[in-house]
Amino acid sequence: MSSTKVMAYRRENGRVGIRNHVVILPLDDLSNSACEKVAFNIKGCKALPHAYGRLQFGEDLELFFRTLIGTGANPNVAAVVVIGIEPEWTNRIVEGIAKTGKPVTGFSIERNGEIKTVEMASWKAKEYMHLASELKREECDLSEIWVSTKCGESDTTSGLASNPTVGNAFDKLVGMGATCSFGETSEITGGEMIVKERAATPEAAEQFMALFNRYADMIDRNKTDDLSGSQPTKGNIVGGLTTIEEKAMGNIQKIGKKCKYVGALDKAVTPSGPGLWYMDSSSAAAEAVTLWAAAGFVAHFFPTGQGNIIGNPIEPVIKLTANPRTASDMSEHIDYDCSAILRGEMTLEESGDNLMNMLVRTCNGRLTAQEVLGHEEFVLTKLYESA
Amino acid sequence: MIQFLIHEKSDVVGVATVEIKAGETAKGLYMDSQSEAEVKTLHDIPLGHKIAMTDLQAGDSVIKYGADIGKVVADIKKGGHVHTQNLKTRRW
Repeated sequence: MSSTKVMAYRRENGRVGIRNHVVILPLDDLSNSACEKVAFNIKGCKALPHAYGRLQFGEDLELFFRTLIGTGANPNVAAVVVIGIEPEWTNRIVEGIAKTGKPVTGFSIERNGEIKTVEMASWKAKEYMHLASELKREECDLSEIWVSTKCGESDTTSGLASNPTVGNAFDKLVGMGATCSFGETSEITGGEMIVKERAATPEAAEQFMALFNRYADMIDRNKTDDLSGSQPTKGNIVGGLTTIEEKAMGNIQKIGKKCKYVGALDKAVTPSGPGLWYMDSSSAAAEAVTLWAAAGFVAHFFPTGQGNIIGNPIEPVIKLTANPRTASDMSEHIDYDCSAILRGEMTLEESGDNLMNMLVRTCNGRLTAQEVLGHEEFVLTKLYESA
Repeated sequence: MIQFLIHEKSDVVGVATVEIKAGETAKGLYMDSQSEAEVKTLHDIPLGHKIAMTDLQAGDSVIKYGADIGKVVADIKKGGHVHTQNLKTRRW
């Protein structure tokens, strides 16, 4: 490691962010248009359009609020303008974000109309852009950077090299007192006992098993085949994976050799302290990273085999691959090529250090491939249909 | 040139990083210690597939990533291809 200090933004609540976004956050699908108009008027701010926010109820509504409030509260965000069709739910989002101490203002379209709302929100967004543009990066410790991980479009190179590279970096980060997270409940199917054993305490193991069983029940309720019966897939077998245990072990290489999770969280729930955390999440990349951003994570390690191109609007996604073909024919998406491991020319230890260096550079301001390409998938997880 | 990798010292299989032909003396590397390994292959080993580093009897565990990834269901000779024909999950 060349450095364990990074230049980042310390927010009002003490959390550290590595980006300085001014977000124009729609409460609901109806308010996307107004948010996009504000983002057009005021250069540099960012609208996060999404498909939901109307007639949701119960746990699904709770997850919705947790995700939107968490997104605005994320330390990569300097200030937030919230626009909703009506004031009540809009204010719930505003009040949730305001607990961080960061500037946030809500506007509602009913009784104003969209044109007037866009005008008022644009003035506020302009004020926030000036304010954010004068915030200064300061020296922070790398251990203050919250890092999440999931893989995508995995192949045999993932289990061999790119996942263990993340694992090596996670061992180092957790060792220095950082907050890290992994998840992908469906991908763990069949290897859940292996993950259970990586819990730091019996309580953490129980929390994990409760989340896992809830997922298994959901699969059962929806009358599809038991996924574990089809694991590994035919494609996995062609690629050389034989058993579900082997597939799950390849996946959990991302949590390294040493670190154990201190707790298991529901979707988009913020960890209560440092260490490695399991977070229940879909294995669909955009949904999962959106949930981690909402939980407060500010950087993401994304190992890929065949080349998944996902990004997130507020949590930079650092992509690595050990597949030399992907590193070559999809090079614009890849931040770090670790294929030298497969040629025996680089150790996992060296590769973990290289990834840590890429994390430090990203914290200091280097834009990831995903950011430069404008991959800003903001995808809310929906638990069931709206009323 | 490296033709296969072994994750850990305790592993009984390596993973081909290139296509390996039957009868070759393939060169590999332990990823934990960087020590070299060599095995004469009995079968073609496709890229990403497993090769036995030792003789394995039916009922033995196959260790990869330092973990039990399933049980041997047909004896395997050192250098043999380890896959669905001789390795099964312990789950079902």
